[in-house]
Parts: sequence; structure tokens; C-alpha cells
Amino acid sequence: MQQVSELEQLERPHGIRDWLSTTLGRVLVSVFVPLVTFIILYQVFLFLRDAAIPQWITAIIAILWGVGGVLALFSLSNYVIEQLPVLWRRRLTPFVFVGPALVILTWYLVLPTLRSFVASLYDATGQNFVGLDNYIFAFTSPEMLQSFRNNFVFWLIFCTALSVGFGLLIAVLADRTHPTFETVCKALIFMPMVISGVGAAVIWKFVYEFRPPGSPQIGLLNGALTGLGLDPQAWLLLQPWNNLFLVAIMIWLQTGYSMVILSSAIKGVPADLYEAGRIDGANEFQIFRSITVPSIRGTLITVATTIILATLKVFDIVQSMTGGNFGTQVIANVQFTQLFRQVNNGRAAAIAIILLIAVIPVMYYNVRQFGKQTEAF
Amino acid sequence: MASATISPRSRKSPVGMIIVYAVMLLVTLLWLTPTVGLLVSSFRPGDDVKRTGWWTVFTDPATATFTLDNYRTVLGLPKEGQVVQAGQEINLGTAVINTITIAIPSTVIPILIAAFAAYGFAWIRFPGRRLLFILVVALLVVPLQISLVPILRDYLRLDLGGTYLGVWLAHTGFGLPLAIYLLYNYISTIPRDIFESAFLDGATHFTIFLRLILPLSAPALASFAIFQFLWTWNDLLIALVFLGAEPRVQVLTQRLLGLLGQYGQDWHLLTAGAFISMLLPLCVFFVLQRFFVRGMMAGSVKG
Repeated sequence: MQQVSELEQLERPHGIRDWLSTTLGRVLVSVFVPLVTFIILYQVFLFLRDAAIPQWITAIIAILWGVGGVLALFSLSNYVIEQLPVLWRRRLTPFVFVGPALVILTWYLVLPTLRSFVASLYDATGQNFVGLDNYIFAFTSPEMLQSFRNNFVFWLIFCTALSVGFGLLIAVLADRTHPTFETVCKALIFMPMVISGVGAAVIWKFVYEFRPPGSPQIGLLNGALTGLGLDPQAWLLLQPWNNLFLVAIMIWLQTGYSMVILSSAIKGVPADLYEAGRIDGANEFQIFRSITVPSIRGTLITVATTIILATLKVFDIVQSMTGGNFGTQVIANVQFTQLFRQVNNGRAAAIAIILLIAVIPVMYYNVRQFGKQTEAF
Repeated sequence: MASATISPRSRKSPVGMIIVYAVMLLVTLLWLTPTVGLLVSSFRPGDDVKRTGWWTVFTDPATATFTLDNYRTVLGLPKEGQVVQAGQEINLGTAVINTITIAIPSTVIPILIAAFAAYGFAWIRFPGRRLLFILVVALLVVPLQISLVPILRDYLRLDLGGTYLGVWLAHTGFGLPLAIYLLYNYISTIPRDIFESAFLDGATHFTIFLRLILPLSAPALASFAIFQFLWTWNDLLIALVFLGAEPRVQVLTQRLLGLLGQYGQDWHLLTAGAFISMLLPLCVFFVLQRFFVRGMMAGSVKG
């Protein structure tokens, strides 16, 4: 033990020069793997991009090169460290491990947050300082106001409430059925979770498709309506209700998620709690309200906040169903449009900052709640 | 004695149970119907898809015809004699290869880097460790939209737009906070005495990590891998932003979006294309469901 603490004593830098060289060494070690990987990969990619070889061979080379390269470079940086004297080895080893992650995170998340904030104060091309103009645009333009309404009213409230509600209902009911039946039903309801937003959009086109009255309908909803003798509806043009029809797609995707998580929480509620409730003469609904729900409160919050985060950032469903037209605009889609169609970096950055501010409280709550139940993993 | 006849979870009155089963069946059917509609449509001839509802296959089975032509056209393998109109050569085969080439490294690279970092944070003592780890977790709040403007600028300068490398790095950057957080939670709970003896034998952190920690963390790595793989496979935004408009490099979601935009013309091809894009995720889902559910529970905080 004595020896260890002496080593640790030594490990601490003494004096400014020592501290400087230690810090410099750590930064060098951190940057080493990402930079060398990047340069080598970059060169190979320039080669692959111009080389005239079959695509699948390019693909295999790219995958092997990318994955193998990262592993090889970790080994290399470790090898370099091991050639150093023991004191320096001990000082620098941690950064062989955490350094590459820190560098990539700095490039992709830390600096962009600052750079986006700066960009949000400049005009479309980033040349002229415009102060808060982009934020004024973000809070007054009709499409952003529409997005706020859609994101916060239709998406956040309806999508979250209904996804969690359905998920809870199905989880409670499934718990009472035969195990095989339960497994099959849950798997089928959960399945949409793995489908992409675009894939889901294609699927739901066949639900919402509208043909003028008189011609045969190929959309399921209008098929049902005309079958009942009613007029077909252009679902995606019915403002503002078309938002709810887009929300339905998200509910279809997310209910399985909330059901699976809630179901495992419900199964974790001790059986004697139920037993005690029944002995006291509570009916099924009372048991649900005063035993099941309070016992899984933490999980309910995690599920709800997770879905809220998804609704705040919803993009691909809207982009592929309506492109944000017909009153269905959302924040993330405005940002994308500003970035690519309008080529306005300032506005796109300002909207991103607003999105960040909207997400922070929910995310904070989510991570804190999640930290309390890490045994789920 | 009476309590012995009551099941611990519920009272089983027959009427109640019938209602429970009926509701479950109804909901399951409701959830399944849209997907079945797509699957059925993808096997119907193009003219039928545009003229009649897919459910006529069930209501009027006598007139139903099925074909693989949609899949052939979409994959660029037209049957002899099948006429492919100009502008209809939609070769999704390329998009499938592109998607695989993006999804696999975008899954493995962040996991590898995150596992190293998680070990570093969990088991190597160094000054600033706690602060740095908290900063990494705090980055979970940053939505990836924040990075689009600045990173796109960098990519233009480095000529990285439209390359696999650019997209891998983007997925790596955006996936790292969650990956580090989850793997840290797992790796830090590995009992200390497992590697104590290895240390006494003179093993370095590097060997311990490769020989002991990586194999021991396999379940956690697998859970996160499935989650990240599906996320990158299904991603649309990052692909749209960093891969660009050239069909040669585009992934499945981008191509589907393109097909969706060409209003009403290629409905039958759209169905086959969508089903192809869902095939691998569905296989992953049904084969690895157990891991998937675990990854899902752990991965609920994806930024």
C-alpha cells in the first residue's frame, strides 16, 4: 500500500514546467489516435472514391479499414506509451483510453454548441453580425409559430399521452394473459419500433391515401369510409387535424417501446402488494390506480420523457409524409429547410439553439431518473 | 384458505378474461394491419396497387394476382421481357450496400472508442476524472441539430461531404455520450477482484481491457450495438445532411424519401423498396429480441 501512495505522490506534477509538460503530453496522447486514424482513413477514402472497383469490394475494404484501423491505432498509441519511463507511462495511460473519445466529442458536440451560438448571431452566409435577428425570426415567422404549436400541442401532448397510455394499458392487460399469447402479442406490437420513420411513412401512405369520390380507394381509412357509404376524406390536408394523423404514426412506432419498458416494470412489482390490496377488498381498477401506477412511477417518467424528447426532435415522419406543408411544420424540419433549401446558416443555427434549450430540462430529468434505475441494464 | 385460490396477479373471472383477450387481439390486429398492407401490396402487380385497395386480396381472393416484379425492378434485376421504362431503373441494390457500409462501422467504431473511455473513467484513477465524466454525460442533452451547421462547414473545407468517413464520424460523435454512459454503468460494476490478480501478475491496463473487460462486457456491448445499428440503419437526417444528393452514395432511407416525392407514380416500387429497407431490422428484431429489449431499456436517452 505504501508503495502505491508514493507512486501516486510522484505522479502528481511538481512545479509549473512539470505541469505544463504533463498536460501537453496528455493532449498529445488524446489527439494522437483520432488524428492519425483520420489522416490514414481520409487518404484511403480519397483513393476509394476515385478508384474504379466494384461497389461491394469498396464496401468491404471500407468496413475492414475503418474498424481495424481504429483498433490498430489504439494498440499503437499504447505501444508508444509503454516505451516511456514508468512515471510518464502512469501519467499518460488514462488518456490513451479516454482521450480519443474526448477529442471526438469536442469536435462534434462541444465546439459545435459554441459555434452554432456564434453563427446564430450572424446572417445567412456568416459574414455580417445581425444580433438577435435570427431569434426574432425564430419567434415571429409564421412557419416557426406553426411549428411551436404543432411540436408542443399536437406532438408533445398527444403523442406522449397516447403512447404512454396505450403502452400502459397493453402492458397491464398482457400481464393477465397466457405467457405465450402475451409474448406473441407484445412482439407484434413492439415490431414497428425497428421501422424507420421513412419506412413508416410509406406504410401509412397506404392508410391515408385519398382518391376523389367515385373512384376506388386504395387507402385503408377511405376504403373503410366508402365501405360504410361515407365520403372519402383527404386526411393529410385536413388542417389542423392532419397533425394528429401524423402523430398517429409516431404513436404506432412508440407504443411498443413504452409497453415493453412498462411491462417489465409491472412484472417487478412485488406480488404481495397485490395480495394485500385484494385482501383489503380493492377492485381491479383501484389496484391499478393505487398499487400498480405508484410502484412504476419512476419508469413512467423515464418513458414519458424519452417520448417527449423524440417528439421535440421529430423530423423524418413529417419530412416524408407532408414535407412540412399543409400546416404540419415542425421545428426540426424548419431547421433542415433553412439549412438546405434557404441556405441560411444563421437561422438554422438559431433554431438549433432553441431546440437545445427546449430539450435541456426534459433531458436533465430523464438522465436523473435513469441514473436511479441503472439496474435496468 | 380463500386466498389460495386467488392468483397473485389477478382475479380470473371468465367474463373479464374474455374481455382482456378480446382487447389484446384487437389491439394487436390494429397494430399489425398497416404493415400487412405494405407486405401484401409489395407482391401485387403495379397496376393493381394503383387501382384497388390491398385488402381486396382478402375480400375478393379470386381476382388476386401476385408477382415478384416489384422486387426485381427495385433491385435492378428485371425479368426477361419485362419492360423497364426509362427513369424507372431504381437500383436499390446500391443503396443497400451503402447502408451496410455506413451502419456497420458507425456501430463498431463508437462502441470501441466508448468502451476504452468507459474503462478509463471507471478503473483508472487520474486527476479530473470525475469532472470529465460529468461533462461527457452532460453532452447527452445536446441535440444533433446543433452540430449540423458547424460540422457541415468543416466537411466542406475538408472535402468530406458525401464520403462514408464523414458519416461514420458523425454517427460516432453523436453516439458517444450515450455509449460511454451506458458502458460505464456496466463496466464500473464488474467486481474489482476479477482484475486485481491480473494486476499483481504485472498486466497493464491495456491487456486487462482487451483480455478481461471486453469479453466480460459482451452483453452490454451487444445490447448497445443492436440499438446503435438500428439507429444508424434507420437514420435519415444525418444521411441527408452529410451524404448529399448523389444517388451513387445515398442510403435506403434517402432513396425511399426520393421515391415518396415522385407523387403517385411508383407506388408499387415504393412498397417493395420499403420492405427491403425493413427486412434487416426485422430480422435483427426477431432473432435478437432479448438483447434488443435490454438495449432499448438502457438506450432510452439517445440524443
